[in-house]
Amino acid sequence: MSFLIGEKMTGGYGGADILNGCTIAVEQGEIAVIVGPNGAGKSTAMKAVFGMLRLREGQVRLDGQDITALTPQDRVRAGMGFVPQTSNVFVSLTVEENLEMGAFIRDDDFSGTMAQVYDLFPILKEKRRQPAGELSGGQRQQVAVGRALMTHPKVLMLDEPTAGVSPIVMDELFDKILDIAATGIAILMVEQNARQALNIADRGYVLVQGSNRFTDTGAALLADPEVRRSFLGG
Amino acid sequence: MSQTTRGVLLYAVMALLIVAVGLAQSWTLALAILNLCLISAVMALGVNIQWGYAGLFNVGIMGFAALGGIGAVLVSMPPVPGALGAGGVNLGLAALAIVGTLGAALYVRERAPLSLRKPLGLATVVAGYFVMRIFLDPASEAIEAVDPASAGYLGGLGLPILIGWAVGGLFAAGAAYLVGKLTLGLRSDYLAIATLGISEIILAILKNENWLTRGVKNVTGLPRPVPDERVLQEAPWIADLAARFGTDTITAAAVVARLAYACLFAAVLLIVLWLAERALRAPWGRMMRAIRDNRDAAEAMGKDVTGRHLQVFVLGSAVVGIAGAMLVTLDGQFTPGSYNPLRYTFLIWVMVIVGGSGNNWGAILGGFLIWYLWVMAEPAGTLIMNRLTSGMESGPLRDQMLAAAPHLRLFLMGLILLLVLRFAPSGLIPERTRR
Amino acid sequence: MENLLNALVLLSNFVLIPAIAYGAQLALGALGVTLIYAVLRFSNFAHGDTMAFGTAIVILFTWWLQGQGIGLGPLPTALLALPVGILAAILLLLVTDRWVYRFYRARRSPPVVLVMASVGVMFIYNAITRFIIGTGDQRFEDGARFALKVGDFKALTGLDQGLAIRTSQIITIVVMVVVVSAVFWFLQRTRTGKAMRAYSDNEDLALLSGINPDRVVMITWILVAILATIAGTLYGLDKSFRPFTYFQLLLPIFAAAIVGGIGQPFGAIAGGFVIAISEVVVTYAYKGFLTYLVPESWAPAGLVQMLGTDYKFAVSFIILVIVLLVRPTGIFRGRVI
Repeated sequence: MSFLIGEKMTGGYGGADILNGCTIAVEQGEIAVIVGPNGAGKSTAMKAVFGMLRLREGQVRLDGQDITALTPQDRVRAGMGFVPQTSNVFVSLTVEENLEMGAFIRDDDFSGTMAQVYDLFPILKEKRRQPAGELSGGQRQQVAVGRALMTHPKVLMLDEPTAGVSPIVMDELFDKILDIAATGIAILMVEQNARQALNIADRGYVLVQGSNRFTDTGAALLADPEVRRSFLGG
Repeated sequence: MSQTTRGVLLYAVMALLIVAVGLAQSWTLALAILNLCLISAVMALGVNIQWGYAGLFNVGIMGFAALGGIGAVLVSMPPVPGALGAGGVNLGLAALAIVGTLGAALYVRERAPLSLRKPLGLATVVAGYFVMRIFLDPASEAIEAVDPASAGYLGGLGLPILIGWAVGGLFAAGAAYLVGKLTLGLRSDYLAIATLGISEIILAILKNENWLTRGVKNVTGLPRPVPDERVLQEAPWIADLAARFGTDTITAAAVVARLAYACLFAAVLLIVLWLAERALRAPWGRMMRAIRDNRDAAEAMGKDVTGRHLQVFVLGSAVVGIAGAMLVTLDGQFTPGSYNPLRYTFLIWVMVIVGGSGNNWGAILGGFLIWYLWVMAEPAGTLIMNRLTSGMESGPLRDQMLAAAPHLRLFLMGLILLLVLRFAPSGLIPERTRR
Repeated sequence: MENLLNALVLLSNFVLIPAIAYGAQLALGALGVTLIYAVLRFSNFAHGDTMAFGTAIVILFTWWLQGQGIGLGPLPTALLALPVGILAAILLLLVTDRWVYRFYRARRSPPVVLVMASVGVMFIYNAITRFIIGTGDQRFEDGARFALKVGDFKALTGLDQGLAIRTSQIITIVVMVVVVSAVFWFLQRTRTGKAMRAYSDNEDLALLSGINPDRVVMITWILVAILATIAGTLYGLDKSFRPFTYFQLLLPIFAAAIVGGIGQPFGAIAGGFVIAISEVVVTYAYKGFLTYLVPESWAPAGLVQMLGTDYKFAVSFIILVIVLLVRPTGIFRGRVI
C-alpha cells in the first residue's frame, strides 16, 4: 500500500479520455518521476492526482484515505503541495511574500518553516525583499518550490520543474529535490529531461497514451534497452 | 419554434403595443412614439454594426449623434447675412493654421530623428493650436456679435435638410476616423474610455463654440423635409380626410405630417438594414465575425485587424450620425444642452443588448421596444407613485416620492439590462450561427 | 520682487491649491477603479454613481445631524456622517456583487460582459440616488468656510494678492493622505492585503494557496465603498453635490487610473494628480499672473487661457491619449487591457 496512489485513473477534460487506467504511486521519502513522449498525458496524470481533473474511473488515496472527491484546495490542506509548470510565482509580490502566501492556510507561526526554506535555498534569503518577477528562471523555480513547501506538505508534486532552465541550474534543482526527499517528503514529478530525472528517481513511470508502459526503479528503466531506445534517445 | 417565427411574433407584439397606444390614447402620440422608435432603431443598428459585427465597445454614441445633428443644422439653416463677412477671413486663416499644423505634424512624424518624433510632434500640435487661436478668437467674437439675439452664428448653407442627414453621417464618420486611428490598436477598454471622452469633448464644443452652433442658445426652426402641420391644416384635402375619419383637421394634419416622417425614417432604416445585412452575408461580414470571435487567429491569417476595425467603427458611427441628424430634424431644433449620455449612449446599449447583439433584426426590435418602454415608463411611474402615495397625507415624503417617479424608468432600464444579460445573454433575437 | 510674490500667490490661490485638492479627490476615485480592475478585472462604469450614492447618504445624515444641532464646530458635520454613508455604500456594493457580478465571476465570463453588467448597475444606482436625494444641486458644507482668509493673509504679508485656503481643501488633503496611507499599509503589511495582491497577480496560484476568492472580492468591495464615499464627500464639500456631475467624473477618474497604470494603486494616485493639475493649469486664465510679471506695456489683452473651463474634460482626454501613445501601460506600468 503506497503512501500516495492514483489508481487506475481514467478521465480527461471532457471529450476523449486522456488517461486510460494509469496508476501512479509514491512512497514517503522517495522520488517518483513520470516520463513519456509529448501528449502521453504526463501532466494530466499529475493534475488528476491533485484533483484538477474529474476522474471517470479510478481513485486517489493519500495515506490510506480516499481523497478522490476532494478539491485541489482541500488536498493542499490534506498535505499535498503542488508546483505548476507555468505562472507558479506571484511576480509582483516579494520572495518573502510569496512564501507567506504559500503558508496562507496555516494559522500557526510559520517562521520556522520559512527559515527551513531559506536554509534549503540560501539565494532566496538574500533576495527576499525583491519581487519574484525580477528573479532569474532558476531562482523563480526555487521560489515556486519554496512556496509549496510552506504548508509542510507530506507530498510535493512538481510539474516539469526544470522547463526552460539551463543544465547547470537543472542539476542544482535536482540536488535540492533530493534534499527535500531526504526530509521524508514524497516527491512526484513530471519531467521532460527524462534521463537526468530518472537518475535521481526511486521509481519511474513511462506513460504512453495515458496508460503505464513501463514501471520500475529509475536505475532499472535507465538500463532497460527498450526504454532507452524508445524514450531516451538511445 | 423556429427563430424566424419567434422574430415575426416579437415584431407583431411590438406593432400591437404601438397600435394599442393609438387606440387607447391617440394616434398622434402613437406616431410620435413610432417615429422615435424608428430613429432609435437606426441608432441601435449603427451600434450593432460596431459591437455585434466586430465587438467594438463604443461608449460615445451621444457624441456621434450630436455631430449628426449639427450636420443637419449646418446644411439646412439659411446663412446668416454678414456673419461670413464679419469673421470669414480670420476663420479661413484659422482653418489654414489647422491644415498647416497637420502638415507640419506629419512632416515631423516622417522626417524628424526617431527619438525626437513624439516630443517634436507634440510641440508642433501645441504651437499650431495657439496659432489657430490667434485667428479663431477674433473670428468667433466678430461672428457672435452679428445679430446675437436671433443669429450670432454662421448659419448654414440653406440646402435641403435631407442632404444634412448625409452630411451628419459624414461628420460622425470623420470624428470616428480620428478616434479610431488613435485608439483602435489598443485593447477594448481603452476604446470605451476614449469614446466616452470624445463624446464629452464633442458636446463641449457644440455647447461652447457659439459662432458655429449657437451653443446653448439653441438653433430652432429647422426646415422640414415634409409639409408643415400648420400648412397642412389649411389644405382642403386634409379637411376632407378629417371628415372621412370623423376627426378634426388639427389631428388629421398632425397624423399626416407624422406619417410622412415615419415613411422617411422607415426608408432610411430599411436602406441601412439592407446594406448591413448584405455586408454581413458578404465575405467582408464573415471576416468581421472571424476577427470578433478569434482576433489572434484572424491576425495570424494575415487579416489587418486594426484596419477592419477602423472601417467598421467609421461605418457604424456614420449610421449613428445619420440617426442623430434625423432626430434633430424631427425635433425641428438643435439643443446641445439636452444631450445626456444616459439617454443617448447607454440607453442605445440597452437596446442593442436586449434586442440581440450581432443580429440586425434584433437590434431594431431592441430599439423599438426599449424606446417604447422608456417613453411609457415615465407616465406609468407617475401613475404608480400616485397610487402608492394616495393614502398618504401630503407632506415632504409624498412630494419626494412623486418627484422621484420619473427616475423609476432609469431603474427599469438597468433592471432590464441586467435581467437580459443574466437570463438571455444573446438577446430577444439571437445571432444566427450560419455555416 | 513684490510683483513676483504677488504672481506666485495668485498662482497658488487659483491653480496650485485647487488642483491639489481636486487631484486628491480624483486619486481616491481612481484608486477605487484600479482596485476593482486589479481584483475583479473589469472597468466599473458604475463607479461615479457609487460615489454619488455614498455621498447622498452622507448628505442626508448630515442634514439630520444638523437638524439635531450636532456638529463638529469648525469642521464640516459631514465628517461625522461619513461612516454612515460608507456603511450604506458597503451594503449596496455587497448586495450588487451578490446579485449581479458573482454570477459572471463564477462562470469566468469575459470582462466585457462584466462591464456591460456594470452599465446596468449604473442605471440602477442612478435611479436610487436620484430617488433618495433628487437631481438638483445640494450644498452641505458647514463649519468654518476658510482656514485662511484673504484679508488675514493680506494683513499678514502686506501683499496685494490674497491667499485663501478653504477648510474643505485642507480636509481633502489630510483625509486623502490618511486614507491612502491606510490603504497602502493594508495592502503591503496585512495578511489579507497581501492575499488581495496575490489574487490580483495570479488567480489560479492564489486558489492553490488556499486564498478564499469570495473573501478577497468582499474586502475589495468594502475598500471600494470606503474610497468612493470618501472621494465623493470630499468632492461635494469642495465643490457641490449633483448626481450628474458625479457620473461625469467617471471620465477623469478612468483617465487617472489608466494614465497611472491600471491595476496599480500607486499609479492611480499619481494619475489623479497628473490629470487634476493639467486640467487646472490648462484651463486657468493667466492674464493676472502675467500682468504682475511683465512690464505694463506688455500686459496681455486677452485672458491668456489655453482652453476654456468648459473644455476641462478635453484635458483628461488629451492627457490620456498622449500617455497611451507614448507609454501604453501608463506611468507605473499597469496591465495592458
